[in-house]
Amino acid sequence: MYVMTAVPEGPTVVPGAPQADASPRDLRALVAELRAICGDEWVYTHEHQLRTYESDGLLQYTAIPAAAVLPGTAEQVRDVVAACARAQVPFVARGAGSGLSGGALPVADGVLIVLSRLKRILEIDLDNGRVCVEPGVTNSAVSAAVGPAFFYPPDPSSQIVCSIGGNVAENSGGAHCFKYGFTTNYVTGLELVLPDGEVVQVGGFELDPPGYDLLGAFVGSEGTLGVATKVWLRVVPSPETVRTLVAFFDHTRQAGETVSEIVQGGVVPGAIEMMDEKAIEAAEGTAKAGFPVGRGAALLVELDGSERECDARFEEVREICERHGSDDVRVARDEEERQRFWKARKAAFAAMGRISPNYFVQDGVIPRTTLPEVLERIDDLASEYGLIVANVFHAGDGNLHPLVCFDGSVEGQAERAEELSGRILDVCLEAGGSITGEHGVGVDKKRHMPKMFDEADLDAFQRLRCAFDPAGLANPGKVMPTPRLCGEVPGIYRQHPLEAAGLADRF
Amino acid sequence: MTVEAAAAKIREHAAAGRAVRPRGGGTKLGWSPAGEAAEDLDTRGLDRILEHNEGDFTAILEAGAPLVEAQAAFARARQMLALDPPLGEGGAATIGGVIATGDSGPLRHRYGGVRDLVVGMTVVLSDGSIAKSGGKVIKNVAGYDLAKLFAGSFGTLGLIARVAVRLHPVPSRTATVTAHTGDPDALARAVARLAALPLEADCLDAVWDGEMGRLALRFGSSTAAEQARAAAAHVELGDVAIDEDDTEAWARIRDLQRAPGGIVLKVSGRPGDLPAVIRAARAAGGTVVSRGALGLSWLALPAGTPVAPIREALAPRACTVLDGAAGVEEPWPAVDPGQLAVMQRIKARFDPARAFRPGAFVGGI
Repeated sequence: MYVMTAVPEGPTVVPGAPQADASPRDLRALVAELRAICGDEWVYTHEHQLRTYESDGLLQYTAIPAAAVLPGTAEQVRDVVAACARAQVPFVARGAGSGLSGGALPVADGVLIVLSRLKRILEIDLDNGRVCVEPGVTNSAVSAAVGPAFFYPPDPSSQIVCSIGGNVAENSGGAHCFKYGFTTNYVTGLELVLPDGEVVQVGGFELDPPGYDLLGAFVGSEGTLGVATKVWLRVVPSPETVRTLVAFFDHTRQAGETVSEIVQGGVVPGAIEMMDEKAIEAAEGTAKAGFPVGRGAALLVELDGSERECDARFEEVREICERHGSDDVRVARDEEERQRFWKARKAAFAAMGRISPNYFVQDGVIPRTTLPEVLERIDDLASEYGLIVANVFHAGDGNLHPLVCFDGSVEGQAERAEELSGRILDVCLEAGGSITGEHGVGVDKKRHMPKMFDEADLDAFQRLRCAFDPAGLANPGKVMPTPRLCGEVPGIYRQHPLEAAGLADRF
Repeated sequence: MTVEAAAAKIREHAAAGRAVRPRGGGTKLGWSPAGEAAEDLDTRGLDRILEHNEGDFTAILEAGAPLVEAQAAFARARQMLALDPPLGEGGAATIGGVIATGDSGPLRHRYGGVRDLVVGMTVVLSDGSIAKSGGKVIKNVAGYDLAKLFAGSFGTLGLIARVAVRLHPVPSRTATVTAHTGDPDALARAVARLAALPLEADCLDAVWDGEMGRLALRFGSSTAAEQARAAAAHVELGDVAIDEDDTEAWARIRDLQRAPGGIVLKVSGRPGDLPAVIRAARAAGGTVVSRGALGLSWLALPAGTPVAPIREALAPRACTVLDGAAGVEEPWPAVDPGQLAVMQRIKARFDPARAFRPGAFVGGI
């Protein structure tokens, strides 16, 4: 959930935020070690420097780490992690900080490892369809490096700034993932620094490395299993052609039925995005794409691929739109017009500021066919709470982004909006969906995890976590709803500080 | 049979120190070494299709459902699970077995492997706990992706009990471009050229049998024949032909991934390795089928073929023995010690009782 609201002044204590210890620790020795590893100028400890990193893209959670360190090489990352492990100090890896679930929220009194200096593209091998990059490389830079003949399909809307390392942590998607898949479908190898400072390479250039699929386990693990320092990615040939249209309807139900019929007929659009009346209004105010304010729904459909197939299918799509009640289908005549359509779609989040002082961005998933019922339930909930909810979705894969509008200056409204936002997730789950499609659990949604997973499921998750990070030092306090410790690993028993403080039970 | 009953049985076995081996149709029992003595845990009683959500292109299946039956059910809605490995003797392969062995077929070129098509999984661990991950929607990042960990784990972490999968539309038409050459390098070049084009093909395989190589490029769409004709112009090999009645031809290609009574070696390579792979297979009197753009190759070799020289010729690529693994000294390739340590820790956490196929997986896991 993403909140656009003023950041409160002064230090904020997030209730329940993970602590390395029951009491603040003296980290001077560790900081000295970090300085020796990375150089004085790359280790920040003053509050005014650390404030830059107190949040990621989700501004309502803040925490000040003991130190932020910006290693310049993978070796320095390894040494930093090893130093944290020896000192038993928790650490959080951060890329561009554009995440929307608080996944890169620092641990108070822990170490924040900022990977933005690791931005080299190490190898491009188009003959084998691979690139190898450092984690700080931006998502857009990968496509730029292999284009125009090839591209890297996952395209989160923050792609100009977000880093590949963050994409790996969050298993990022984007508008085109219904057809092309997610980050996890494109990562073929990782060099990892494990939470004890060991370095391993899993996968690489080749597919199907023997043994357990450690790549599959790591991608999307939200920084809780270690730090990726090198990423091998599959890149694919750019489509021969792209055709884009936007169709307007009186009602979202018609747009939803259109989506179903398009997909049911065997067409796999590159992207299929829907906006409701309020989202159209907000987006048009900013993007000036000529979208008709007051229409009930806009459906943006993009077909890409071979010229022949696109030509044949595009007419089909247009007919389906018309059959379901669209009297206004606009086909992008050139790249400029296509960009204008997309600008309106991508502006929808930020443009919401025009119709509301503050808003939360929710990220839920539903089976696509339940869209009409779910939208009605969301409408009913909005009325019940007396708040406005605008809807933007990746309609192909049922990923909803309801925008819950509120006025933070009105006493209690933020709380009500947050409660409504949570109720929307309940609706998604009742429809057979998920609490997050692409933003991740992070710190923001961990309280919703028990609604989706029962104890045995969470217990299995914890087994994976313990296999990688028995000491619980990598991004603690994220993903899992309650702090859990790992059972014995062979060796000398040591009481965990959280256990000593009575803050957690041994798993 | 129910998942709960299977869980009770597993817990009982594990508590008594007895090992189990999950099995489905029994078509790949020879893959991976036998490991320590283990009692078969037959999943064929868990064979229901629990949900087929046609409008959502998803399904939930019990692990013991035969893939062929599941496909027949999906086909009634003109849908398919885009997993087309050889189904083994009697077509008995189950969805659980295919997933546990990470098996795949020619459609992998377009749709990815098992790991890319499974969106949720329910497993039973050795303490009898029943745990799910993922869900039944195609986009979902809540929690760890345990389904990927269990896919290809050969039954060594727990029992795969239920899976949720993503489905795709069955193409209304198909068409295949084929071409021939006696030169492995020319075949590799032709594959590389096609792989770099935005063709949106369903399958791109290179085959070698005896002295002759063959390229097979399949399209599946309403305009498949036109796409095939356009692509054929980029094929610089002999005997270029287009076939719209191509089902049988692809069944034969798929069959080259198996060698009943012989040895099948799967190579995790790069597309550029193809000539070396072909030469290694030829020298041993074997055949090759390669997912050309993916760098994955299956070598079918006569029984008794020594595997070590082929591994040496293709080093450092990982070569795994599938068919015939039980009769080979080192069926699994060596795994880097750092990675193996992580895998051992995973095994220790998920199956501390070592109840699931001890000794059958990489590095003696």
